[in-house]
Amino acid sequence: MNYSGFRVFWEGLTGNAGWKPAWRDPDPRAEYDIVIVGGGGHGLATAYYLAKEFGQRNIAVVEKGWIGSGNVGRNTTIVRSNYLLPGNEPFYEFSLKLWEGLEQDFNFNAMVSQRGIVNLYHSDAQRDAFARRGNAMRLAGADAVLLDQDGIRELCPFLDFDNARFPIRGGLWQPRGGTVRHDAVAWGYARGADKNGVDILQNCEVTGFQIDNGVCKGVETSRGKIRAKKVAVCVAGSSSRVMERAGMRLPIESHVLQAFVTEGLKPIIPGVITFGAGHFYVSQSDKGGLVFGGDIDGYNTYAQRGNLPVVEDVCEGGMAIMPMIGRARVLRMWGGVVDMSMDGSPFIDKTAIEGLYFNGGWCYGGFKATPASGYCYAHLIARGEPHPVAVDYRLDRFRHGAMIDEKGAGAQPNLH
Amino acid sequence: MSNARRIAGGLIDRDQRLSFSFNGEAMSGYAGDTLASALIANDRRLVARSFKYHRPRGIFTAGSEEPNALVQLRRGSRQEPNTRATVTELFEGLEATSQNHLGSLEHDLLAVNDLLAPFLSAGFYYKTFMWPAAFWEKFYEPIIRASAGLGRLSGEADPDHYDKGFLHCDVLIIGAGPAGLSAAVAAAEAGARVILADEDFLPGGRANAETCEVDGRPAAQWAAESAARLAALSNVRLMTRTSVYGAFDHGIYGALERKTDHLEESDGRPRQVLWRIYAKRAILCAGATERPIAFSNNDRPGIMLAGAVRAYANRWATVPGSRIAVFTNNDDGWRSATDLAALGVEISAVVDTRDITPPASVAGAAIAMGSRVTDTGGRKGLKFIRLADGRRIPADCLAVSGGWNPNVHLTCHQRGRPAWRDDIAAFVPGDELPPGMIVAGAANGTLTLGATLSDGWRAGNAALASLGISPRDIPRPVADDEPAAISAFWHVRDGRARAWLDLQNDVTVKDIRLAHQEGYRAVEHLKRYTTLGMATDQGKTANVGALAIMAECTGKSIPETGTTIFRPPYTPVPIAAFAGRSRGRDFRPTRLTPSHKWSEEQGAVFVEAGQWLRAQWFPRHGETHWRESVDREVNQTRGSVGICDVTTLGKIDIQGRDAADFINNIYCNNFASLAIGKVRYGLMLREDGIAMDDGTTARLAENHFVMTTTTANAVSVFRHMEFCRQCLWPDMDVHLISATEQWAQFAVAGPNSRALLQEIVDPDCDISNEGFPYMACGEITVCGGTSARLFRISFSGELAYEIAVPARYGDALVRALMSAGERFGVTAYGTEALGVMRIEKGHAAGNEINGQTTARNLGLGRMVSKQKDCIGNVLSERSQLDREDGLALMGFRPVDRAESLTAGAHFIAARRNPATENDEGWMSSVAYSPVLGHSIGLGFIARGRDREGEVVRAVDPVRNNDVDVEIISPHFIDPEGKRLRA
Amino acid sequence: MIIEHPLLGPRDAAEFTYLGDAAMIDRPDWQSGDAIREFHDYLYLRDNPAGEHRELWFHEQGDRSWLVVTRNTTTHEITKVELARDTALASGRHR
Repeated sequence: MNYSGFRVFWEGLTGNAGWKPAWRDPDPRAEYDIVIVGGGGHGLATAYYLAKEFGQRNIAVVEKGWIGSGNVGRNTTIVRSNYLLPGNEPFYEFSLKLWEGLEQDFNFNAMVSQRGIVNLYHSDAQRDAFARRGNAMRLAGADAVLLDQDGIRELCPFLDFDNARFPIRGGLWQPRGGTVRHDAVAWGYARGADKNGVDILQNCEVTGFQIDNGVCKGVETSRGKIRAKKVAVCVAGSSSRVMERAGMRLPIESHVLQAFVTEGLKPIIPGVITFGAGHFYVSQSDKGGLVFGGDIDGYNTYAQRGNLPVVEDVCEGGMAIMPMIGRARVLRMWGGVVDMSMDGSPFIDKTAIEGLYFNGGWCYGGFKATPASGYCYAHLIARGEPHPVAVDYRLDRFRHGAMIDEKGAGAQPNLH
Repeated sequence: MSNARRIAGGLIDRDQRLSFSFNGEAMSGYAGDTLASALIANDRRLVARSFKYHRPRGIFTAGSEEPNALVQLRRGSRQEPNTRATVTELFEGLEATSQNHLGSLEHDLLAVNDLLAPFLSAGFYYKTFMWPAAFWEKFYEPIIRASAGLGRLSGEADPDHYDKGFLHCDVLIIGAGPAGLSAAVAAAEAGARVILADEDFLPGGRANAETCEVDGRPAAQWAAESAARLAALSNVRLMTRTSVYGAFDHGIYGALERKTDHLEESDGRPRQVLWRIYAKRAILCAGATERPIAFSNNDRPGIMLAGAVRAYANRWATVPGSRIAVFTNNDDGWRSATDLAALGVEISAVVDTRDITPPASVAGAAIAMGSRVTDTGGRKGLKFIRLADGRRIPADCLAVSGGWNPNVHLTCHQRGRPAWRDDIAAFVPGDELPPGMIVAGAANGTLTLGATLSDGWRAGNAALASLGISPRDIPRPVADDEPAAISAFWHVRDGRARAWLDLQNDVTVKDIRLAHQEGYRAVEHLKRYTTLGMATDQGKTANVGALAIMAECTGKSIPETGTTIFRPPYTPVPIAAFAGRSRGRDFRPTRLTPSHKWSEEQGAVFVEAGQWLRAQWFPRHGETHWRESVDREVNQTRGSVGICDVTTLGKIDIQGRDAADFINNIYCNNFASLAIGKVRYGLMLREDGIAMDDGTTARLAENHFVMTTTTANAVSVFRHMEFCRQCLWPDMDVHLISATEQWAQFAVAGPNSRALLQEIVDPDCDISNEGFPYMACGEITVCGGTSARLFRISFSGELAYEIAVPARYGDALVRALMSAGERFGVTAYGTEALGVMRIEKGHAAGNEINGQTTARNLGLGRMVSKQKDCIGNVLSERSQLDREDGLALMGFRPVDRAESLTAGAHFIAARRNPATENDEGWMSSVAYSPVLGHSIGLGFIARGRDREGEVVRAVDPVRNNDVDVEIISPHFIDPEGKRLRA
Repeated sequence: MIIEHPLLGPRDAAEFTYLGDAAMIDRPDWQSGDAIREFHDYLYLRDNPAGEHRELWFHEQGDRSWLVVTRNTTTHEITKVELARDTALASGRHR
């Protein structure tokens, strides 16, 4: 079934009786060519691109709960490609380009809204660091504009320019950055994958891997054993737990990232605003809620909830730059468990076990990467070699000192 | 100014009449009213429009679960969107306006959406608005955004103050209804430290809304007496207007106390206080929330929850209609009928879904057992209801009761899952409660008064027992149990129009069915697809009903269908309350240097360096551009002498028998051989082999060292060293103290620096070149006996010293230095001149030691000693960090000397395309060198040391700059270091 | 969260700075033949358990002790708090 304005109109006239399930609910088969472990955004995107772009058939996505129940369902919906390092920037720019054509591609309106993202700077040194980053973006073909204070005033006149503890001097603006309706991404990919024959198996938890002499031959699940020629793990947030079942230790810690949404408000914030001297970023959803967040709580956890010190820290950051949001009320706060890697950058790689692939370590930035992560993972799985924009995301990079450390924080995950 | 719908009785103060306005219309109420009760008393029925269809809406509840009656409160910068009228305490002069309509509330042009409803079903927007792609941001989205949202922020800074506080107690009791009061009395009378918090301004909860009796007195009177009794105890803190919004780890509860929201003016007092309550035990007595039944057109103004109708009559002495019908599936709904009838209100019908003997008689009312309300009429206010048998019954208010949902929210804040109880057809707290929490009363599924009181008593005693406090043998409050039988009934099937579940977000039974039809069957999918429960009320009256419809569609039970996760806050909390006083200039502390006052007197321009404020430059009269000042400061320093406050550098005092060995393990270069009375430059690595920080360390005595760190890394370096000391080498005899703020330190630089210092250093201290050579250090006295430390080190490349005195003498010292320096033409210099001189000298700073560069990149590779263990030594040898063709820190100058360099530019080999694959490095620091008369830069470029003399492009697209630069040595001046030793 | 400091009693976790797995105490021998691999595993690989986790917290806003806290990463329950220096000494660490 194709979605369109006409279809919505027609169904409206006929009692909306003709809508079909967005994806099937099949029973697991005994064997697939490729089993993707994890029905989050990245897993579903991987399945979609494997089927659609790489000609693979006979694919299953196994998900322990409901699809999209991981971080694609609990993030602050920001997309951008404002990265510094050559190992990252081309990848994220590739991702942003995929976002730009995604809805027409998978025929689902995920509300990709390119209203821009600005990172504020507060000192000359920060300005120069942003210039370095903006230039890296421009060299990679992305868009980046370095704004001075007047430019920021024009873009966000409501910021506190007069009384700020850390005066706002300007910002790095990426006009093509923005937000996407996060759940719709999971659903769009699921529907698209399903249309291309992928079996989406919900409530199907992987409990182990079938590994024979260093070769992965399938998975054990709560719905029985499933044989597979290739098994691709894609469970950010639970990576260590799942890969432990294959006997692997990872350069990853699990941490909680909190996010917040206010009650609905009439439009007041244009795009995404990031505070450079505190931990705070904000956008406004199409429904009117201010969606905002800040730092991770900073301790290892698998609990999808955080604590008050970070809640207060984030709100302080908000009030520091835009005291007009003071009377907006926080409606809901939630936490997502993220894979914090040792250099703040992700992994898309084969493992030492033949037929077993790994995708994870997305830290707090996996959402924006969803299309490229899926595409590049599909490329690796189907072709056996990394996609050119993802060659540096190797699991063994620390052995050689090839860190991709945007922040320069070193091997301490909670600092990235 | 009429109160047409006011009746006798109630808990309002008729001596205090309050005037207020709604949409500009003047009205009046009484102290003790909420805005909602006052609106009802003034016969105001239409108060809001719904989110999507802009349907007319009236007041639906009498509490914080209100989905409909959201108003914009106050004006100007205190404008407060989405405020629930049902919990807004009326005050004199209150101004409220309705929100979310185009045109007037009565004639909302966006009500056209209601006619388009067939095309606006759940998730319709996921299926359209995709073509052409560019139209989303330009056309579709602006329309959607403008019509979405509810209230409006003022756009001005919130002018109110907010405070934060911390409280500790043995037992926190959440909710001061019958269960909470009972628990509080039990706990408090036994001597436990008790905090009793309630979101209402009047303690008592449902006791204030009912006509039952406790201990032979009216329940409200009992509640007031109990609250007074508790408030009189010194071990009790009774907090009204306080919402406990979240249960966090280890017994920490978040609470918001509204201090001045019920007043016209805050008069400078904090508007709200955000409390963190540390409770050994918590008893959740949050009560229960009534839920409606879904039926066709069940959203009209005048259709309300039955318990709310009763509460308005009993507590607020106002009746929301003159002919009231009741629709219920339980005994409690009948109490609304009997209470109102007893007050003389006409009850036109009681409709009960159960085919049983009527539990009560209601004079004059049509009684329809085993029946249903199938439709309603009245566009802007209810006029009639229609029953299953076709009867049309006039009613301007329909009181609906579908049963009561225990308020289990806080039991789920730590991932607990509620459990289903068939007998009350509701979710109750599950097994996994937050540690230390006990649940009692209606929140625990105990829905009748007598049982609630004894459940509260039980909980109070259970808390005491677990704390080891003996209970006091006093009589517990007693009351009868009222009938409360229920037969689950979720929605009326025989009706053709839409039946609402989530009133605010306009989610109807059809939407739930559509979600099921399209496969969005998991609870979270259902919620996210239909937006059920995502509005400001978080679906408090909607969620369970919707679950029941989904369960019906899937053929599963409600508990099998699941429950959504309740997350904090229980009710919304303003962002400003979370921020408290940390906003504006008080966002973070401001650290001032010892010379700050003096610098201010000189008219210095200051700059933030972390939390520090440092003098950036010192403009002199007639200087119009910062460069003029900075150039002068550099020239004067290099020409004679300059003084700069460097107190902000981290200072770590290191003592102990193993201090030398310890430092030797911290720095990558050798420190074991450092002689007493000498200073050495040190570079420390992180364990991953990347440069972490640099500075100098002086050996004052055999077992006494003083280390400096950069300003930015002072805290992290100290933490790192304590880690090394306590965790890695615990057997070392070494102790660390951070002395950053204990010592004021000044750089005195320039050819006349020694001569200047000699003016203030006491004569018995020899600071001649021979007696105190380059890299010497020592303890001296200045200005006639003030102890000081002197270090002969230089960041500027000149003959230079750093002199430190106890911080309290810092101000005196800078004044002494400046006045002693007058005859040399001394200048104070700020961070800009400091930066210019260190770039001229080729010293790395924060832009170069940025956490991404190695000693080798910095040109300091040979410093890394391979003869000893030090942090970072091993991993610095990994192949990618130790590449021959890696980045090297080099100097750069424009081929055309008139051109300016910019930091952040990337290096591209001549005649190559500016693209990632040709990116060879970046410019890290630039300055205009007044000595050389042109712009200079430091930067990292691949294979830099083999490329001296090569010309490359420094491209800076974000600043439209593209300059040909020559790669040269990073040491622009005095590369041999002659000046240092002069 | 509240951490029961062995010397100072219960303290709010906000007074502390977190480092990570207490295995960071077990720094390998720099002269080992396979030092790069050992340091790699030490610095980069983590057990990252869902359950009991021994981890290092620094009392930065307090007495500057490093503590080894045993905390459950699924419930956040803390069952043991020790001075890291004691732990390190007991495990035989020395320069």
